Amino acid sequence: MLETNKKRKFDFSALRRSNILTPIAALLFIITLLSILSPHFLTVSNMINVLRQVSIIAIVSVGMSYTILTGGIDLSVGAVVALSGVVTAILLKNFNVNIYLAIAAGLAVGIISGATVGTMVSSKIKMPPFIAGLAMMSIVRGIALIITGGRPIYDLPSYFSFIGGGTLFKIPFPVIIMFVIYIIAFINLKFTKTGISFYAVGGNEEAARVAGINVKRIKTLAYIISGLASAVAGIILASRVMVGESIAGFYYELDAIAAAVIGGIRMNGGEGSIWGTLIGALIMGFLKNGLNLLNVSTYWQQVAIGVIIAGTITFNLLKKS
Amino acid sequence: MDSNNGKNEKKYILEAVGIQKKFGGVTALNSVDLRLKYGEILAIVGDNGAGKSTLLKIISGALIPNEGKIYLEGKEVKIKNPQDALNLGIQMTYQDLALVDCLNISENLFLGREICKKVFGMNFLKLKKMRIEARKHLESLGIRTVSDINEKVRNLSGGQRQVIAISRAVFWGNKIIILDEPTAALGVRESERVMNLVKTLKSRNISVIIISHNLNHVFSIADRVVILRHGENVGEREIKETDGDEVVKLITGAEFAGKELK
Repeated sequence: MLETNKKRKFDFSALRRSNILTPIAALLFIITLLSILSPHFLTVSNMINVLRQVSIIAIVSVGMSYTILTGGIDLSVGAVVALSGVVTAILLKNFNVNIYLAIAAGLAVGIISGATVGTMVSSKIKMPPFIAGLAMMSIVRGIALIITGGRPIYDLPSYFSFIGGGTLFKIPFPVIIMFVIYIIAFINLKFTKTGISFYAVGGNEEAARVAGINVKRIKTLAYIISGLASAVAGIILASRVMVGESIAGFYYELDAIAAAVIGGIRMNGGEGSIWGTLIGALIMGFLKNGLNLLNVSTYWQQVAIGVIIAGTITFNLLKKS
Repeated sequence: MDSNNGKNEKKYILEAVGIQKKFGGVTALNSVDLRLKYGEILAIVGDNGAGKSTLLKIISGALIPNEGKIYLEGKEVKIKNPQDALNLGIQMTYQDLALVDCLNISENLFLGREICKKVFGMNFLKLKKMRIEARKHLESLGIRTVSDINEKVRNLSGGQRQVIAISRAVFWGNKIIILDEPTAALGVRESERVMNLVKTLKSRNISVIIISHNLNHVFSIADRVVILRHGENVGEREIKETDGDEVVKLITGAEFAGKELK
């Protein structure tokens, strides 16, 4: 018989289904281990520090998660981080544009780029997302280099620094922006019709189409969200270092993919929680930070991240079989 | 047949006339007619590649015919995509089940037609209401093999999945339900459950078109059978007036069957 849960008890099974327990366990393990190893690790200031460092990649990872959920991937995110930062910086410095307009222009870069990738992926020719992203990555990075002539744009107006450098109740702005974006993404994915459509398209595209979901629209939307999130990250990054750089955001696509995958977003699409992605980004952030505190070389940090990726995936696969 | 034309409006819920479909140079369907009566279970049989799935995909909007007309309750309708078919009350459950593995039962039942509440122009899901409705619906169909409405479809057995897929069709396609090989790859007991569910549909006055390779199933539940061969409709029989031999002959081509018998 179908049972109705009369009692309002904690729904542990939902947590189990969401594939998020492994990354939570990994995060707790890493925090515990590093707290024991380094007295400087588990302090409020260090935690805030890590959150600030993580925020930019974490924001990029939100967009990446959307594209992976629909069964795709967006390799252009790093380049979009660069171009959006560059565009905003140039408008502020060389054209004295109003800051809100400059930011809007930076965000528009992300939306246009995302819409282009999305159109390529969801159009009739069905370009593989990997290829579409690769092409766009090169195009966008190239444009950033052309605009700047390859030189960094320094001496941005000081009022621009509030985005990346400002704080609210001692919490850095980027961290607040990050949480706001995650909450919006969570509500969108979990509680809206559009949100469930991302999962449906990634889980079984044909079924989604037959059920009347506009698959093209959903896919394109995922890449637009990805472009937009990357643009937000790019503007925050430019504001934090007060430089617009065409080489910003190198390898961010790989970090973002790693965050999503460690966080339990299924590479084939259709499965995963956005909080998992945040935890994935935090795992990488805490690990890098802790290993820095322990004076472990960045070369070994790379190895450690690789082991974590392989380890969590292995664990998830073993759990399923 | 022609003398019945005047009565067709009452007699047939669905008529597909002169359906032609080509894939490149290959003619998958050559001027096929199909008529479905109110509240009947119509079986479509034929060998692999006879055009069964193609025909049903056309009726359900997944494919568009090169020629031919479709009438629903006597009125001509244009079915250009699955959504059109759904809006007309025609729902197909596909061979690959058309369920999304990673979503739960309730989400699958409501897929594409979620109960929503508009807030700031965004469609927010009424999750609780959907779960309650989903439970009610499954109970009303006498489905007792599924214990948790929040269970992901991936974790269900083949039979349970098929039952959910059909329930979903009942949920939305309240006039005509098309089943493509609903018992393929199912065990005996699970097939039995699915067949019972199909009978329940009939008792609800839903018209069912069913593709099956299993002639036992066809003879146990169908009212009528249409036989396709090489993209053509080669015969229609009332189940009571035919037998397995005749149907097999029609499926394989009488000549071939004749040789076999000698």
